[in-house]
Amino acid sequence: MLKIEGLTAEVDGKAILKGIDLEVPKGEVHAIMGPNGSGKSTLSYVLSGREGYEVTGGSATFNGHDILAMEPEERAAAGLFLAFQYPVELPGVGNATFLRTALNAQRKARGEAELDAMQFLKLARERMKALSMSDDMLKRGVNVGFSGGEKKRNEILQMALLKPSIAILDETDSGLDIDALRIVADGVNAMRGPDFSALVITHYQRLLDYIVPDRVHVLMAGRIVKSGGPELAKELEAQGYGAVQAAA
Amino acid sequence: MPAVTETIETVQQATESGYKWGFETDIEMEFAPKGLNEDIVRFISAKKNEPAWLLEWRLRAFAAWKTMEEPRWAAVKYPPIDYQDSYYYAAPKQKVGPKSLDEVDPELLKTYAKLGIPLREQEILAGVEGAGSVPAEGRMPIAVDAVFDSVSVATSYKERLGKEGIIFCAISEAVQTHPELVRKYLGTVVPQGDNFFAALNSAVFTDGSFVYIPKGVRCPMELSTYFRINAKSTGQFERTLIIADEGSHVSYLEGCTAPMRDENQLHAAVVELVALDDATIKYSTVQNWYPGDAEGKGGIYNFVTKRGACRGARSKISWTQVETGSAITWKYPSCILQGEDSVGEFYSVAITNNYQQADTGTKMFHIGPRTRSTIVSKGISAGHGQNTYRGLVRIGAKAHGARNFTQCDSLLIGDLCGAHTVPYIENRCVSAKVEHEATTSRIAEDQLFYCRQRGLTQEEAVGLIVNGFCREVLKELPMEFAVEAQKLLQISLEGSVG
Ligand SMILES: Nc1ncnc2c1ncn2[C@@H]1O[C@H](COP(=O)(O)OP(=O)(O)OP(=O)(O)O)[C@@H](O)[C@H]1O
Ligand SMILES: [Mg+2]
Repeated sequence: MLKIEGLTAEVDGKAILKGIDLEVPKGEVHAIMGPNGSGKSTLSYVLSGREGYEVTGGSATFNGHDILAMEPEERAAAGLFLAFQYPVELPGVGNATFLRTALNAQRKARGEAELDAMQFLKLARERMKALSMSDDMLKRGVNVGFSGGEKKRNEILQMALLKPSIAILDETDSGLDIDALRIVADGVNAMRGPDFSALVITHYQRLLDYIVPDRVHVLMAGRIVKSGGPELAKELEAQGYGAVQAAA
Repeated sequence: MPAVTETIETVQQATESGYKWGFETDIEMEFAPKGLNEDIVRFISAKKNEPAWLLEWRLRAFAAWKTMEEPRWAAVKYPPIDYQDSYYYAAPKQKVGPKSLDEVDPELLKTYAKLGIPLREQEILAGVEGAGSVPAEGRMPIAVDAVFDSVSVATSYKERLGKEGIIFCAISEAVQTHPELVRKYLGTVVPQGDNFFAALNSAVFTDGSFVYIPKGVRCPMELSTYFRINAKSTGQFERTLIIADEGSHVSYLEGCTAPMRDENQLHAAVVELVALDDATIKYSTVQNWYPGDAEGKGGIYNFVTKRGACRGARSKISWTQVETGSAITWKYPSCILQGEDSVGEFYSVAITNNYQQADTGTKMFHIGPRTRSTIVSKGISAGHGQNTYRGLVRIGAKAHGARNFTQCDSLLIGDLCGAHTVPYIENRCVSAKVEHEATTSRIAEDQLFYCRQRGLTQEEAVGLIVNGFCREVLKELPMEFAVEAQKLLQISLEGSVG
């Protein structure tokens, strides 16, 4: 399980996270909602170890391991996956090459056998079919020239291949059409089980109709100000963040 | 791709060892006295048992060299070179012209085994001889000419190639066995007095490869030369001459390495290519001379003149180079596009890390009508490296309908390095079309983080991104070399970030 206690962090000397307390037990899916600029992406970067996101206090452990002490790639190998709000383009690097390199790097770090080109291709095709993605996405440069929705689907494909034990999805639903939203949600739901947990960052209740969360948290100005069941998301949608803030 | 995985493994092996080709072979050598004068030129010519015309030719070059100044226009800095403080001839003491590998000094064989250069011929499967034959290992064989300091020590597949009328041997041997061909073409593409280093090479060249592909023959395997500098205080001056007769086709590769030393060593080669009507020459280089240490001490000065003449109609010369080594690289593989509809190509990756400097590019001379050229240059600078693309596209008055496309991309890693682009365009023909594109970029922090979040280490991430940046060039290399080149790119950039 993911356990965050009193986590504070700053960017460029500016305090952004001001004491986050959050527990995501094994097998659960939690949603984080909150206004623009409240620190949602910052939390995802701090947890995944991005440079420039300075932890100033508190702790974060995953299955008992102090993840804040690990290199980003070690966190990845330990099973942490971040679906980026803005997936990055890697010109000239084939998507298949990237996926296979990543998968094998993680397998190697975990002491598992690496997949050869044929084994990988078989696996990738299988997962792509499940996500209704066409094969030619594998041949193209990583995210280069992908539409917004294709980029998000590519993140989900990576998740499906890397099989993390905890996934942080940062606004993976933004910019998706209705069909793509359903595909992404199905991708996440297919992973649900006792060994998978997720933090789903979103602005829209709509996604949570498809991925029904165990808990919903509201992040405002660097703090979790309210937590509740799936009904909290509906409440927010109806009343806005102002009401939550007033009550808090 | 398996290449990427291999890249990663190689880097892991190489992290401890750095430049892993930097060992020295302990072998008894024969040297000419240090220094450079007419007697040394005569000594080399006599050692090679050369005919009088070639000695004359060398002496004319030496006379020209004495009147010339070392070029200083390139964007590279180095202390003056003392040309009298070097050996111009260094050869392992062994039987002259060994007939088989069994006669080659075992120390030499060990050296090439350690470098991973196959000198032994693989058995070709019975019954499938010919252009498509594949040896038992499932790889196409590669014929190798191995040049060790000043001499060629072995050339493989000579007989096999001879059956097709292909001549592939040391140039010193060709002078003896095919003097008429050597005399007809030597110096016709790069004349003796072409430039300071070419003149020096013409005076003292010791060995190199000679290739002749007869009319209509498609060379059934890759030909390659592997250059090794081993001796101390020695310059290497090799000379390569490749002639592709009408309608023939050849793909030639060169590779090179040298021991790690504190001193700088000079490598001044000349390569001449001649393509007649409908002939194609593909010339690939993976340049991995010792680059010097992280502080910029030592390394090879790679001052090279490479030029190809597309003499025939519809002929084609394609240069592909991956330049990862050398303290300084000064080279401009060029094409003289004389034949109508002839094609010149230049694909280049040049990496400078630590204190390496590279001033490299190409010259495309469009003379014949409808001649076409393509230039794709990828420069990568890291550490304190300085990387300059210098290119010339000259279109003559009669080159009606000529076309050139040039693309120069620079990638910067860190902020102490530099990238420079110096393209010259001279167009004297209204119907010609010249296009030039240039970009400069950095490896972005978000790209590195994205890769690391997916499980790649920092070095693996850099390697992957750089390989992506160079893709258009790497895909021009023959398969086997592409894998090698990808590994090299990543190794050369070690320690460049983080
Ligand atoms: N490099 C930076 N320098 C200064 N401030 C930064 C930097 N990066 C982020 N911030 C600030 O941190 C705050 C939180 O940003 P963050 O991206 O975490 O918000 P968010 O909750 O993900 O918002 P959104 O819903 O718009 O994605 C914002 O005020 C933002 O401007
Ligand atoms: Mg955000």
